[in-house]
Amino acid sequence: MARSNKPIVWALFAAGGTFTAFVTPVMIVVTGLAVAFGLLPAEALAFERVLAVVQNPVGKGFVYLAVVLPAWHAAHRLRITAHDFGIRADTAVMAVCYGLAALATLITFFALLRF
Amino acid sequence: MSRRPYRRPVSAFSWWLAQPRYVRYMARETSSVFIGAYTGVLVVGLVRLSQGAEAWNSFVAALQTPASVAFHLLALAFALYHTTTWFNVTPKAMPMQIGETRLPGNVIIGAHYAGWAVVSALILFLAGG
Amino acid sequence: MSERHIELEILRYNPETDEAPAFQTYQVPCQEDWVVLDAVNYVKDELDRTLSYRWSCHMAVCGSCGVMINGEPMLSCKAFLRDLPDRIRIEPLANFPIERDLVVVLDDFMDKLDSVKPFLIPREEKTVESGVHIQTPAQLDRFKQYTLCINCSLCYAACPQYAHDNNFVGPAALALAHRYNLDSRDVGRTAREDVVASNAGIWECSFVGACSEVCPHDVDPAGAIQQTKIASTVDYFKYLLTPGRG
Repeated sequence: MARSNKPIVWALFAAGGTFTAFVTPVMIVVTGLAVAFGLLPAEALAFERVLAVVQNPVGKGFVYLAVVLPAWHAAHRLRITAHDFGIRADTAVMAVCYGLAALATLITFFALLRF
Repeated sequence: MSRRPYRRPVSAFSWWLAQPRYVRYMARETSSVFIGAYTGVLVVGLVRLSQGAEAWNSFVAALQTPASVAFHLLALAFALYHTTTWFNVTPKAMPMQIGETRLPGNVIIGAHYAGWAVVSALILFLAGG
Repeated sequence: MSERHIELEILRYNPETDEAPAFQTYQVPCQEDWVVLDAVNYVKDELDRTLSYRWSCHMAVCGSCGVMINGEPMLSCKAFLRDLPDRIRIEPLANFPIERDLVVVLDDFMDKLDSVKPFLIPREEKTVESGVHIQTPAQLDRFKQYTLCINCSLCYAACPQYAHDNNFVGPAALALAHRYNLDSRDVGRTAREDVVASNAGIWECSFVGACSEVCPHDVDPAGAIQQTKIASTVDYFKYLLTPGRG
């Protein structure tokens, strides 16, 4: 069968892309900009508060998705981007991109498990 | 009559400079670099969190540096570009037809932006509250 | 009607005498309401009988006259001079081998159309006596947009993936497959999947969207391909998760 196996990564890409579109902008604001620009008080990122989020099962699930879905989305798109910029060593690019996403997935999974 | 078709070479590296629409496409694709990098920041944060309060606090302090803020501003710009381009193509990728009428693209896109606004407001509220 | 002096820069190529294509410039006095095709016809009639190019209907339904106009794939019969500057660069459609002057080799395009089984594959063969297929307006509406393709191949000229890999099945062919897959009279999606869902099919597309932007009839091949990606992905997982199902 000439059928491609791309649907596996593409499903992650599509789900990740949708999640990223809705959630990532505000996440970037909350984690990287809000305190610096005074939009949120410094206490918003206090250790106890953030710990409480990842210890909560709903928070755990959200954080997992917020890392893993954009990771696989970006990985697949990065693979295509490399190709579009003229880097044609697809196997090597795949290994790097999906490898990093897999690494992020594993680290996040085990880190969240221990909270 | 002898045929000798001529194949015009296309550069694999600079093809996208030829037209504005290709430049916009590459900008959209480049968003993956920043989204990937931001995801990396989150992973580092999670690891620091697992290492205790001191590790976490130094991570948060690093987030306030000018370099970090500059990166996050850039990441935000690319993330927003991803959001708008993603929403704009949703009606084409998933057309909705009710009976004989096709749901107008603007309705679908508008609904996405509304949902995005709600989600963003909710997360901001939960983060601050 | 007032005249306008246009400078046409046309890429010429004679396979019998030229090593490579080269531009030739013509000064053309044009009418206000002309299209590029009118100017090119003037060149052939009055200035240079050796110029070769394709055209037929002069009203954007036959799909013959596709060329690059200032770098953009367009139908020369639909490119109004009033929308263009005084210097117009005309080249043969990109991503196809040049046969001669503005004529390109379209064999690959034709083969790609053929490869997606562009015909109705009904559930069972109907005899004439058993009557016609019944189809509601809503069912027709689902695929009608994709029937509008005039096979002009502007989309292939715009597609950077086709530019880099001529194996790519391409926008028009995939939109054509989608037209049949969406047709309520057709059950041939599995039969087409080998070509459509291969690595040279929909999965080579990275949704640049240039094809849909240049399409003169709003077929939206890019949308067709994305819809096919979703349907194919669902199919793929159904197949994976239900062994024994075909």
